[in-house]
Amino acid sequence: MDHLPQLVAEARAAIESAQDVQALDEVRVHFLGKKGEITALLKGLGQLPPEERPKAGERINEAKQTLSGELEARKQTLKDAELDARLARERIDVTLPGRGEPTGGLHPVTRTLERIESLFAHIGFDVAVGPEIEDDYHNFEALNIPAHHPARGMADTFYFDASRLLRTHTSPVQVRTMKEQAPPIRIVCPGRVYRSDSDLTHTPMFHQVEGLLVDEGVSFADLKGTIEDFLKAFFEREALSVRFRPSYFPFTEPSAEVDIQCVMCGGEGCRVCSHSGWLEVMGCGMVHPEVFRHSGIDAERYTGFAFGMGAERLTMLRYGVNDLRLFFENDLRFLRQFG
Amino acid sequence: MRFSETWLRDWVSPELTTQALADRITMAGLEVDAIEAVAGDFEGVVVAEVVAKEPHPSADKLNVCQVNDGGDEPVQVVCGAPNVAVGQKVPFARVNATLPGDFKIKKAKLRGVESRGMICSASELELEEGTSAGIWVLSGEAPIGASLREWLALDDHAIEVDLTPNRGDCLSLKGLAREVGVLSRLPVTEPDTDMVPASHQASFPVHVESPAKCPRYAGRIIRGVDVSASTPLWMSERLRRSGVRAIDPIVDVTNYVMLELGQPMHAFDLANLNDAVVVREAQDGERLTLLDGQQITLREGTLVIADAKQPLAIAGVMGGESSGVNASTRDIFLESAFFSPLAVAGQARSYGLHTDASHRFERGVDPQLAQIAIERATQLLLSIVGGEPGPVTDIMSPDHLPLGRDVVLRRERLDQCLALVMAGDDVVDILSRLGMRVSTIDSGWRVTVPSWRFDIALEEDLIEELARIHGYDQVPVRRPSARLKLSASNEARQPLSRLRRHLVARGYQEAITYSFVAPELQEALTPGAVAPYLANPISSDMSVMRASLLPGLVKALSHNLNRQQARIRLFETGLVFRGELDDLEQVAMLGGIVCGPRQPEGWSSSRESVDFFDLKGDLESLMALTQQPDAWRFDAGEHPGMHPGQTARILCNDRHVGWVGALHPGVRASLGIKTNAFVFELELEALTQGNLPAFAPLSRHPDVRRDLALVVSDDVPVMALMDVMREQAGEWLVDMRLFDVYQGEGIEKGHKSLALGLTWQHPSRTLNDDEINQLVDAIVGEAKMRFAAVLRS
Repeated sequence: MDHLPQLVAEARAAIESAQDVQALDEVRVHFLGKKGEITALLKGLGQLPPEERPKAGERINEAKQTLSGELEARKQTLKDAELDARLARERIDVTLPGRGEPTGGLHPVTRTLERIESLFAHIGFDVAVGPEIEDDYHNFEALNIPAHHPARGMADTFYFDASRLLRTHTSPVQVRTMKEQAPPIRIVCPGRVYRSDSDLTHTPMFHQVEGLLVDEGVSFADLKGTIEDFLKAFFEREALSVRFRPSYFPFTEPSAEVDIQCVMCGGEGCRVCSHSGWLEVMGCGMVHPEVFRHSGIDAERYTGFAFGMGAERLTMLRYGVNDLRLFFENDLRFLRQFG
Repeated sequence: MRFSETWLRDWVSPELTTQALADRITMAGLEVDAIEAVAGDFEGVVVAEVVAKEPHPSADKLNVCQVNDGGDEPVQVVCGAPNVAVGQKVPFARVNATLPGDFKIKKAKLRGVESRGMICSASELELEEGTSAGIWVLSGEAPIGASLREWLALDDHAIEVDLTPNRGDCLSLKGLAREVGVLSRLPVTEPDTDMVPASHQASFPVHVESPAKCPRYAGRIIRGVDVSASTPLWMSERLRRSGVRAIDPIVDVTNYVMLELGQPMHAFDLANLNDAVVVREAQDGERLTLLDGQQITLREGTLVIADAKQPLAIAGVMGGESSGVNASTRDIFLESAFFSPLAVAGQARSYGLHTDASHRFERGVDPQLAQIAIERATQLLLSIVGGEPGPVTDIMSPDHLPLGRDVVLRRERLDQCLALVMAGDDVVDILSRLGMRVSTIDSGWRVTVPSWRFDIALEEDLIEELARIHGYDQVPVRRPSARLKLSASNEARQPLSRLRRHLVARGYQEAITYSFVAPELQEALTPGAVAPYLANPISSDMSVMRASLLPGLVKALSHNLNRQQARIRLFETGLVFRGELDDLEQVAMLGGIVCGPRQPEGWSSSRESVDFFDLKGDLESLMALTQQPDAWRFDAGEHPGMHPGQTARILCNDRHVGWVGALHPGVRASLGIKTNAFVFELELEALTQGNLPAFAPLSRHPDVRRDLALVVSDDVPVMALMDVMREQAGEWLVDMRLFDVYQGEGIEKGHKSLALGLTWQHPSRTLNDDEINQLVDAIVGEAKMRFAAVLRS
């Protein structure tokens, strides 16, 4: 009994020197386990005279509780240290590059086409598509461009035979849609078009987006508003100046070319706008009654407007691409810039 | 159309700067492409006469000249031009003059001889492109000492207008002036074109056999012309500023009248005309040598001007060599005709020609000009080459002349289209200035279209005229309104944009390649494929339509391999063209090509190369988007462009929709591609058709997994074995996966061990071992029977 203080001191020293949770547990067993030394003291209480037993028991239990508490505290300390050590071991260099497949990217022209589609989708335009090998009727005749019309000289056509050709514009989709669908019609038609022309500023294939709106009471003022809104939205420039210049397309009347203030120089004049401050970006006009007649739409009741734009040109202006031919070389160093 | 600003201002001269005038014209639909000074920036250049010329004492190619520049004494100047001669009037730059490029003329000594000035060539004054052959010899009327710039009115601009095909009426000064007059609301002054009285009665017979194609033909004889006369400088300058080369006085006059009035004309040498002028259609095979020396064979239907013997000219396109005016011409027959646009349209192009005349006739020449133009030309010719004019023969077929169209313009329609109300006075004023006769009627106006406007036939055409002149900028800006109606949307359909983005997320770059390819490349990759050939390809390597996306993708791959790109993943979507024209299919496809390492080079990437299964995995993940797990199959297949052992046909609901595989090593080698490359191509429609997700209740009971290792012969397709196993595994099988394929030690040669994990789960109860054991026995039994599979212990 008298060696209790000594036992406690021994136990404390052992707790203190235990370097891991397992060693600590051995200390606990040694002193407080079923066969432990402190436990043995409790068991030996019966040999004491009865009047001493309560007091001695109290002292032993006190010592036991103290040691239990210290064991527990030590255990927590050791666990914390162990966790710290583990965390330290598990440290990685988070600046190493991540693993896996890097993302690819859409072709810049697709980006533009999808953007145009989506802007018009917001005001209720559906997407319509058509064949690329067209017939003379849909590409020319139905668009009020009869054989030998001087306007046929406006586009150099790729032919297969006397009547079949690669479409020179997406306008045939207008005719195909109007033949199938009654007004109101609101469509945009993106797609590949072909002209037999190849130099610095022309590729024999490029992309157009055609738009068509047919309804009752549609006016040239509606056309102006739609185009202005579109161009401002496309270039994300609310203050963009847009002007409509009289022009000629056989399938619209009145017809207009649309110029925007040069987005490269802000209208000051630069190489891109040939120092005019203006960029021609699209053509448009009110649907010609002859086109309605070919499409079976009553031109007295309905009016409409159509517009067409070149996707490559808009892409070049939007992203500052300076060479048209890059679009079809598919050089990864080019494509990756638009990922 | 190119014209001189001062020439235009002789007709009508609004108070606008050159640029403002150009802008005004542009905004009326006559797009000004360029404004160029008609001469360089120079001063101190005067007209001088060469009065003496001696060879330079110490230089073979130089002459020492004395020129009279109007000063007190002749000026000595050393000149190197071979064509300098005594008596010439020349442009002379005095000492202190400035030539274009800020080049100052100073006193100088050339090989020891003093030179005080410079005799100039046209190109040195920037009146001519390139380098002139010698000094510019001015005509005799040039006044000595006069400032060249002032005398020739060189402070002028050549304005180039890019006219749209509907505005043939503006292909002349007369037409342009009319337009400017309308825009600025100014009157237009025309040059005098009085009748020139005949001084003899000789005429040449004209027979018009095709009045529909030639509704009007005017002609006249002019006898005794002097073709050695020279064209006056004012005329050759106007021609030059309009981009027309001076040739001889007679051709110059016809060109001048064409520019001035818009009427193309032709002069024949009367001595070379036999019996009569006959306007008729050519017969197949007739031959004609054109003015430019080109020999052509005419086709039936082409309108020609002929004489009793032979065709002399393609009507409205180009004259012939044999009947043209030449240095020995004495008498001429002048032609001023109206050929209908349809008669000329396409003719020039079909013979590979495009002339000022055909350009105008195709677009429509005012039929009333024929008479006016012939009088004007006669007047000019008499003043330059002299001669005796005969009476004008004017053959007209009124039934075929496009005259007097009436168009009704409704007020309501005009207001509706432009969303503005134009004052009635403005409407009448604008249309009248454009040359239309306007009368007011109840609904609006009745308008008679003038003979020069071939482009106006409908109410809409008049509305455009009014909007154009009034200004498109005056039309308000509005937005169309429409009923807010939802449109149908098929959720099960995959939009193309989703498929694209899926591949992009898996590391693919989108390519866009030409739809026409080289036939050899197409034949190498897809032997026997039939696709239409272009009749007029831009080059032979873009002459056949693609029957597959592979040629374009392979070309793009090569392009990148040649630029040190090792790891390439490209895809493209677009139409392919299969079959002959008459049974052509235009099918939307999705294709891709990959090569190089499986993973991009990195600190923890494997260096392994991509293989068939990488590409197949990409495809399977695309297919998963369609929510049709059972629809898709890959079967071993053979494609002539692909590796026979690494190619699969792709089936969707048992329909063959595409291919995936390795490029055939032989094909690769022939195309110079050194690395393995894998390709796929499938019909887009198969990928866009999908199913809606369909819910199945979740089981609350545990699942049971059993792993089986089956040894089968090497040639058993795993898919076939798994299909059989699935059949035997019962309805509660929820998953079956192949988690190992092993060959090597412990496995008989020619065999493979397949490790498969099968998972069952019952929706409403726990499955017991007996049930599972029975299913496993059935699976193993069937596999043994069908494929001699042995369960590996």
